[in-house]
Amino acid sequence: MNRLLSAFKSLFLAELLLGLRLTFLQMTQPKITLYYPEERTPKSPRFRGVHALRRYPNGEERCIACKLCEAVCPALAITIESEQRDDGTRRTTRYEIDMFKCIYCGFCEEACPVDSIVETGMLDFHFETRGENIYTKQQLLANGDRYENLIARDRALDAPYR
Amino acid sequence: MTMALSGQYMTNGLLAAGVLLLKVLAVIMPITVVVAYLTYVERKVIGYMQRRIGPHRVGYRGLLQPFADVFKLLLKEVLVPASANRFLFLTAPFLALVPALATWAVVPFWRGAALANVDAGLLYVLAMTSMTVYGIILAGWSSNSKYALLGAMRSAAQMVAYEIAMGFALVGVIMASNSLNLDRIVVAQAGGLHHWYIWPLLPLAVVYFICGVAETNRAPFDVAEGESEIVAGFHVEYSGAGFALFFLAEYANMILISALVSIFFVGGWLSPFEGLVPILGKPGLHWLALKMAFFLFCFLWFRATFPRYRYDQIMRLGWKVFIPLTLLWIGLECVWKAVGFGPWF
Repeated sequence: MNRLLSAFKSLFLAELLLGLRLTFLQMTQPKITLYYPEERTPKSPRFRGVHALRRYPNGEERCIACKLCEAVCPALAITIESEQRDDGTRRTTRYEIDMFKCIYCGFCEEACPVDSIVETGMLDFHFETRGENIYTKQQLLANGDRYENLIARDRALDAPYR
Repeated sequence: MTMALSGQYMTNGLLAAGVLLLKVLAVIMPITVVVAYLTYVERKVIGYMQRRIGPHRVGYRGLLQPFADVFKLLLKEVLVPASANRFLFLTAPFLALVPALATWAVVPFWRGAALANVDAGLLYVLAMTSMTVYGIILAGWSSNSKYALLGAMRSAAQMVAYEIAMGFALVGVIMASNSLNLDRIVVAQAGGLHHWYIWPLLPLAVVYFICGVAETNRAPFDVAEGESEIVAGFHVEYSGAGFALFFLAEYANMILISALVSIFFVGGWLSPFEGLVPILGKPGLHWLALKMAFFLFCFLWFRATFPRYRYDQIMRLGWKVFIPLTLLWIGLECVWKAVGFGPWF
């Protein structure tokens, strides 16, 4: 009896018609596509995107060349060289991140005692030639200057949970 | 005297050839445009069925997308694999496209408006639609690639299986209309919605349309392409213009199958309100276009809905379901015809 019923159902394409009905109803539903560059999905303040080096409000760079980020980096993406400046403080002469090696784990950010190296919420950046994947100190500081408002806002939003 | 006569024949011949050429262009150009926009509609419909929006960047609502695709394909390099049979590799796309366009010669757009109103038009249609497979087989073989060969062999076996059921389904139409002429087949269905052959021949119509989907290698019967198993099947090695021609052939075949189903089973250019509503009841090209649009939508709808058949399931469906079913219905139709059943026979 069951076999007869299933033969009857398959002869009259019952399951196939049900499937067609489903897709037809889906066609009339509202669409969930986002128009990406114009529209963006909401993003957590903890999002780890492109890196930046921050400055103090007086314009002095925060980084003191302690090299904790270089030590903690699991992908060995960070290279730091340092020297003593004329005023007796230790500063970096070279701070480079290889963006091809970086896995965006955020350990550098966690290790930093002065909140200098941070990962911003910016997720879309690109390079066009080989070699541009290594971000220099100037580029990272420029990122920090450009996104300071965003960085500060994200840190403030996340502060209650830290 | 004789000189003048032969000259006159020559100009007459040239004139006739010119008019014929214009007629052919008047059929082929709209088909090409419809193919271009069918690809756009396909992406939109399938997108909508998957809750996406489809192409929307090129031009207003993406309406220029087909042209962007065409230019991209034509500007790409035509690669010929080193170990391929160069001559067959380059002719195969044309062998796939030419039958798809040549079949349109006998398709009537309205009463008497076919390029060639031949008496055995239906036989011509059957012969031409089965020619398409040669392009696919030759493409697969001449590529000298294992995936292409597998796709070609699958396509050949599938075509043999479904060609028979397709022929049997058309036998039903021939019996009902007493004609092989496409024009007369439509005229035999005159008299309104309930005179169409889809009612007495419903199983044959369904079988014919499904066979048509299988013949054009469309989902869910696209094992010849089968990108999940054999990369892209018979056209793996094709790029640029060659690929574009296969694409054009596939879509031209889809349009053709839609036109044929409309003509054989739902009354071609005839209005469903014939004899009921004064203005809507008038026959015309627009009714054929509407019916074709519906069947084309079905092609896309199937593609968005059904997963691909497994290869042995396709064979089972063709040989063990469709052929017995069509034979059974032809037998039934013989009885109906003998006793004079309904308005049809």
